[in-house]
Amino acid sequence: MSVAESPAEIDALGQPPPPLLRRLGSTPAIYMGLVLLVLVAFFAAMRPHTFPTPYNLHNILLDASTLLVVSVGMTYVMISGGYDLSVGSVLVFAGVASAQTMEAIGGNGLGVVVVGTVVALAAGALWGVFNGLCIAYLRVPPLITTLGSMGAALGIAELMTNGNDVRSVPSGVIMVGSGSVLGVPWIVVVSLTVAIVGGVWLHMNRFGRHTYLIGSNAEAARRAGIDVSRHIVTLYGLVGMLSGLAGMLSLARFATTTIEGHTMEPLQSITAVVLGGTSLFGGLGSMAGTVVGVFLPAVLQNGFVIMDIESFWRDVVIGFIVIAAVYLDQLVRRRRERS
Amino acid sequence: MSDAPLLEARAVTKRFGHVEALTGVDFEARAGQVTALIGDNGAGKSTFVKIMSGAMRADGGEIRVEGTPVSFSSPHDARAAGIETVYQDLSVAPELSPPANVFMGRELLLPGWLGRLGFLDKPAMRRQSEQAFGRLRVTLKDIDAPVASLSGGQRQSVSICRSVLFARRVLFMDEPTAALGVVQTRRTLDLIRRIRDLGLAVVLISHNMRDVLEVADLVEVLRLGRRVARLRGPDATLQDLVAAMTGGTG
Repeated sequence: MSVAESPAEIDALGQPPPPLLRRLGSTPAIYMGLVLLVLVAFFAAMRPHTFPTPYNLHNILLDASTLLVVSVGMTYVMISGGYDLSVGSVLVFAGVASAQTMEAIGGNGLGVVVVGTVVALAAGALWGVFNGLCIAYLRVPPLITTLGSMGAALGIAELMTNGNDVRSVPSGVIMVGSGSVLGVPWIVVVSLTVAIVGGVWLHMNRFGRHTYLIGSNAEAARRAGIDVSRHIVTLYGLVGMLSGLAGMLSLARFATTTIEGHTMEPLQSITAVVLGGTSLFGGLGSMAGTVVGVFLPAVLQNGFVIMDIESFWRDVVIGFIVIAAVYLDQLVRRRRERS
Repeated sequence: MSDAPLLEARAVTKRFGHVEALTGVDFEARAGQVTALIGDNGAGKSTFVKIMSGAMRADGGEIRVEGTPVSFSSPHDARAAGIETVYQDLSVAPELSPPANVFMGRELLLPGWLGRLGFLDKPAMRRQSEQAFGRLRVTLKDIDAPVASLSGGQRQSVSICRSVLFARRVLFMDEPTAALGVVQTRRTLDLIRRIRDLGLAVVLISHNMRDVLEVADLVEVLRLGRRVARLRGPDATLQDLVAAMTGGTG
């Protein structure tokens, strides 16, 4: 009904459930989180001596860390109604640019590590801003723009290296990669920090609020005085910069640029974000959901390996789960529109 | 407050190439009155509203706010002068809550350094939205639920409340009843009266002559880019309005 609802009407419909409780029940982050907990409990019960150990937790976190960093940026872009297929190539490009810069400077000190990190972040941000400018101002759709830069960034990285991985990574970088604080690897510390800061910024800051508004109704946001084009450029710059950071983390972990190792990164990242309940059409989503969406495949992979199941099953299972998740999302939307 | 109208247009013209969309339109909107702006398709209503709300610039003529000439180069300027527009398509973000919609683009920030970093004051926005809904006697089932879960009429109330909260002088309403059923239309017209009673100048753009006759204190009629008639709402009849709009003798 409309403007004024009579008390009688509300009573006739029955007492509505407490808003918070109802919202939690219908939030994908929550039910996917429950699926994740069930999985963890299942693997822990099946392999109590190998799965629920600090060493294994450490492995899972480490395996998921670069994907988590990329997916934090992907969450922002997807909530704004776009997506970025170039994250894997940008990651590689940033890694190559950083490794070659550090090689040219030489040495192993902290200074080299800092310069290398700055180069990786800048190289990533540059691709991101390029994507954003094409999408926001030249009106090239995100699919085409990021498909194009996916090819271009990887191609340039291969030209820079003649297609061979750069393996001369300074020991300072590798030390960060293998080092840890209070038993937590640096790489994990960095990726979890990115997720927490990214989540706080998304949910509590005006920047995040504008991201949701643009994804929900860009024209309304424009009329409300929000500089939509500039915001979109910033968002793609952000996901590019985070891909650059992921490139640096990957360099630190593997001590090589892994040029051919990231072709699946964009799709894995989009899968993770969608699993976490972010809508493909923008305007909806949460960072907690993305964290769950990143760890679901990581836990499956790890659990299958420990249980001696072919890890290819992970892709099969995740494939069907993501379809089911989007189906559920559509179902909820349709029901809401009918009400 | 002076006796001058809150918003006034004098001889406003607008050309698109060789086509004269507006040829010297005069217009007044006074505090505490509903002024209806009517006209057939192509009469220049939307062009005129765009100019008065800052979305388009006039080629000639003058706009005055409480007697002072102003120049709007963007909707932002018009809003800064206390002029708000409720668009026909409502311009709401369906996935977000009513408070998020009310404060769209004008988010309240926390005091202190957190605010300077852009952190939102969600409780304040929620509270002020509730007050705005209360003032206009709009009841929403759940103020935290996404706007998409509201009915068409409630969605419109959210859009109207947003504009009323920030309108200090004039509220333009573009076809507010076009998509509504009978009951919801009635409630919207009541809402328009309440907004008028707050002391704002309400400008109602509508095709629906019955709505116009019901709430308008003054009716300004546009035809082919000119203001051709100015009628007192309570005295006007449907025949008067149609005659003025079409140029017939009714």
